[in-house]
Amino acid sequence: MEHHTATSPTADDSAGDTDVFITGLWRQNPVFVQVLGMCPTLAVTNSALNGLAMGLATTFVLLMSNTLVSLLRKAIPRQVRIASYILIIATFVTAVDYIIQALSLELHKALGAFVSLIVVNCIILGRAEAFASRNSVRRSLLDALGMGLGFVFALLCLGSVREILGSGTLVGIAVLPDGFEKWVVMLLPAGGFFTLGLWLMVFKRIKREPPRATETQP
Amino acid sequence: MTPADIEIPITTRAWPLYRALVGLGLICALIIVSAYQLTAPVIERSKTAMLEQAIFTLLPTALSKHAYRLTAQNRFEPATDKRNSARLIYAGYDAAHRLVGFAVPARGMGYQDSIELLYAYGPEQQAIIGLQVLSSRETPGLGARIASDPAFLHNFARLDVTLTPGLHLAHPIEAVPAGKKLAAWQIDSLSGATVSSRAVAAILRQSSEFWLPLLTTRQEDFTRGAPHRDLADG
Repeated sequence: MEHHTATSPTADDSAGDTDVFITGLWRQNPVFVQVLGMCPTLAVTNSALNGLAMGLATTFVLLMSNTLVSLLRKAIPRQVRIASYILIIATFVTAVDYIIQALSLELHKALGAFVSLIVVNCIILGRAEAFASRNSVRRSLLDALGMGLGFVFALLCLGSVREILGSGTLVGIAVLPDGFEKWVVMLLPAGGFFTLGLWLMVFKRIKREPPRATETQP
Repeated sequence: MTPADIEIPITTRAWPLYRALVGLGLICALIIVSAYQLTAPVIERSKTAMLEQAIFTLLPTALSKHAYRLTAQNRFEPATDKRNSARLIYAGYDAAHRLVGFAVPARGMGYQDSIELLYAYGPEQQAIIGLQVLSSRETPGLGARIASDPAFLHNFARLDVTLTPGLHLAHPIEAVPAGKKLAAWQIDSLSGATVSSRAVAAILRQSSEFWLPLLTTRQEDFTRGAPHRDLADG
């Protein structure tokens, strides 16, 4: 068997463990920076709980698939790596589908087809190919945890705003006075786009580096 | 060893490819079977509880219910094994053990996968008097609204399924474009989800054409067999 040495190390290669985790959670947040996984981000975030459940389900799949891909990275030939990663991801999505059904059928109904569609969430395949297939299990787990929690954070941000304005509640608890006219549009797909745009703006503003002080001649 | 030095195996022979894929397939199969075995009993219990809740929601005047199975001789007999859902229907009874209606499970093809419904049939009203979607994989935001859209579900508050003397539906249930409903046997489709709306109409039409003549002609199976409240399973 010939061996091919990876020649295109990613920026993650030289990063420390903490950096790997923070990169996914904040610096390269999958939703607010990489703008990945938009389909579930826009579709299931009509309530904070739905967003949290979808985020946690995706994190579980990320953790498990990154671990298995990293464990088997030397045993999977290059030619069949993508097919193998998809097989691994589909397996854990099937498992998470059963787990959600066991935890709550109502939640499973609320998430609808999007649980199955985690298979095609490009965050997961992207991390398997770009990180887990080139790194140790420990670093792959940290990467999955960072990216997963970053995804949960983003979905919670969207879900909270949409639920408060669209239903007047947060995780089912009334937070706005009875007289508040609910913004039904926030529960519709259009509301998802509005809220995503708003959060992208806020995130960009927060992440903007302060301008460097220019040196002045005495 | 830095990550850049990690060697990714590459081969031109077929055997290592088969070995990797088959081996991985076996690992994945083991994971799926384990997950299924661990969760199946819990899911089964939850589905039973959800079905019971749906029956009493659809038949609000019922205080007890009983499951019946259609036999090969076209008779209804109390069902003992409710895990086998084939040819199973539920009869609801009020406080005086009078039959108030039936909850009938139905299943058919939706836009991309099967839709499972439970509808209530009122023999006195000769109408479908409620509907709940038990499971569906319709398009989120579009077809999936068959389970939640109040205006669409209002179609089934009283959907006419009168039978002719020959025990056929006097007017087959049909889905019409949104806002075009004129008759009591028509269903106003969901705007943007015509296929799913038509699928619901087709499932109800096929199911009611099969079940309603039997439920009408075999009413004595349910009144004669009306369970004592203590023996009823709900």
